[in-house]
Order: sequence, then structure tokens, then C-alpha cells
Amino acid sequence: MDNWTFGITMVVVGMGGTILTMWVLSLLMGLLRKAFPYKKEEEGK
Amino acid sequence: MLEAIGNGLYGLIAGFTGLHWSNPVMIGLGCLLLYLAIKKDIEPLLLLPIGFGCILVNIPLAGLMEEEGFLRTIYDAGIATELFPLFIFIGIGAMTDFGPLLENPRIFLLGAAGQFGIFLTLALALALGFSKLDAVAIGVIGACDGPTAIYVSSKYAPHLLSAVSVAAYSYMSLVPIIQPPIMKFLTTEEERKISMGAVKKTVSKTTKILFPLIVTVVGGLIAPQGLPLLGTIMLGNLMRESGVVSRLTKASENEIANIVTLLLGISIGATMDGKNFLTPQTLMVLGLGFIAICLDTVCGVMFGKLLKVLSGGKINPLIGAAGISAYPMAARVAQREGQKYNPKNFLLMHAMGANTGGQVGSVMAAAVMLSVLKGMGII
Repeated sequence: MDNWTFGITMVVVGMGGTILTMWVLSLLMGLLRKAFPYKKEEEGK
Repeated sequence: MLEAIGNGLYGLIAGFTGLHWSNPVMIGLGCLLLYLAIKKDIEPLLLLPIGFGCILVNIPLAGLMEEEGFLRTIYDAGIATELFPLFIFIGIGAMTDFGPLLENPRIFLLGAAGQFGIFLTLALALALGFSKLDAVAIGVIGACDGPTAIYVSSKYAPHLLSAVSVAAYSYMSLVPIIQPPIMKFLTTEEERKISMGAVKKTVSKTTKILFPLIVTVVGGLIAPQGLPLLGTIMLGNLMRESGVVSRLTKASENEIANIVTLLLGISIGATMDGKNFLTPQTLMVLGLGFIAICLDTVCGVMFGKLLKVLSGGKINPLIGAAGISAYPMAARVAQREGQKYNPKNFLLMHAMGANTGGQVGSVMAAAVMLSVLKGMGII
């Protein structure tokens, strides 16, 4: 594979893959927060 | 008799006669690193042992990096096996509170944007004629994350390890100098004044415990090549949040992290042999590393501006600059710059969220990069 193809692939798939993964994680964290909401009584534990 | 005395005396001056011109230069560089660590307080935990290791390895005939030399033994045990950066990651996970990030999961995206410099610098390094794996190692300086940079470069471009490590740690400590001009240039005064309000404590303990597990499983499935990085930082965080292994948590963030930091530093310094280090390539690596950190900041702030628009003006784009892994310096820079334009603005906790997002993001970006390389058959 030539350097040009490699570089473009890394930029597109690397940046896209990173942001996609982080977006999926942000969605899952949003769901987690809804599934396990914070309760006042947790304070002090 | 006289010949024996002559030979004996020669043994005492052999160190001087064995000096290569690069050795005194590197001893000077080691002293400079010690000066920065001791006098300027720049990453002293790393730069002090690195500087001393650099001095040790540039004294000829001692053979410290020869087979069975003590520095070679440490290097082979912890750097060549990639164990040291992973131990450090357990400590980082144990020290990091991801609460501010979990308060506002959208901020995860800033942690991703803050890593774009990795990939852009990789492309730039390729354009400058570096080989594919060398470019990968150089790009990863943009993770702004010492252990990640060491892990990747020791595995795929060990001849660049010393330059990449020195660049990564030096630029991390220079974040308060590098970032503000870029932040100012890319934002308007109105944007810098945006107040984000207080962060409420609304994350349950269950969420905090499940966070490292989910990141490990999902991140590991998407980018399995980076699982050692991801798994160790998340193990440390699980120990912290579970609250049931406080001895292990404290050991990870104190004793283990301290011992490994010492061994990591001295063995990186030991790779700074003058003949290999003083090359035009090293200067190019240092220059590209600087560009990587600048590009991270540019991409982070620009993504912050995008989030500002999407949120209806509720997000201050300055926190985008904190989406890198230099924790907590980058968050403090965002807070300080925000307060310059609006003294009643407290961006710190929001910026901490972006900053911890940057820690996850840097590991994720490296993991994605390694998995893409594996997929393409490069590694």
C-alpha cells in the first residue's frame, strides 16, 4: 500500500472511528444515567 | 613494570578517549532536562529520571545499555514488554474521577475531537518521508499522553522511543503556553464569555461503577488492539469507584505508579544515546510533535464551536481545548482563559469533563489506530 492511500485511510477511518466510538460511549453513558438515576441518599456513602 | 603502570593509567583515561562528540552534547541535554525538572518544575517526576538516564548512557565504556547492563535489564523488563506504561495506566485510572464527564456525556465528543491531531500529524509525517510505523509513532505524540506514546512507539518504532517520549512529556507540560494563543485566535470574545453554570452532582454510584466495564467491553470489541491500554486504565478506575479495594487503589496511585515512573523515566533516558539521538530525524519528530499538540487544540476548539451551535449557545468553545489528555493542565487553561473574559464564569468542572474525555479519547484513538493498522495488515 502506498503512503498516500495509507495516510488518507488513517485520517478518515482513524478520526471517524474515534469519534464514532466516543459517540457510542456517550449514548451508552446517557442510557446508564437514565437506568440508574442519582438518588439523594447516595450522598455521604 | 612500566608498561603495566602505563596500561593501568590508560584504564583511567579510557572513558575520556572513548568519548564521541555526541556524548558531551547529550550530557548537556541531560543536564538541561534536570534543570527544567528541578528549577522550572516541568514534569519533574519524569524529566528528572530521564535526564539522569540520558547522562548515564552517554558515559562511554560503562556498558549500561549493553547486554546485562542494569539499564538494559530495566528496559527489557518494562519497556520492551510494554508493561511499564500499562502499570502507569492502572494508576491513572485509579486517580481519575470521570464524574464531570458522566454529568454531560456529550462532552465525550470533545475528547474525540482533541485527538484529531494524531491522525493529521501522522499524514504530515508520511508526507515528510517517514515510514508508515514511524509516522504512527510520531502521530501518537498528539495523544498528549505519555504512557500511550511510549506504548505505541516502543512496540512499533523503538528507535524513535526517546524522541517521542521526550516530545510527549515536554509538550504536555507546555500546554499552558501552547494553547491560549490558539484558543484566542479561534474564538470570539462573545464565545469566550459564555457561562456554563454549575455542574450538578447527578451521577449515581452504579453508573460510575458500570462506566469502566462498559468502556472496556465496547471499546475492546471495536478496537481490540488497544485493549491493554483501555483495560488497564479502566481497571484502575473500577477499583477506585467500587470502593472495596482501597488498598489496591492507593497502591496503584502511589507506590506502584511511583516505582514504575522511576523505572520508566530512567530507561527512556537510557535510550538517548548520542549517536542515535542527535539526528535530523529527532528534530523533525520534536517539530511534528509540537504541530500535533497545536492541531489537537485547533480541532478541539472548532468542535467546541460546533457543539456551541448545536446546543443553542450553551457550551463555551474554550472547553474544547481541554479535550486532550494533559490532565488537569488543559482544564485549568480553559478555566483561566474563560475567567479572563468573564470573571464570574467557572468553566473548571466542565473543562475537567472534557479533559477526562480526552483521557478516554486518547486511549480510544490509539486503540482505533492500532486496530485499523491490524486490519490493513500493517502490523
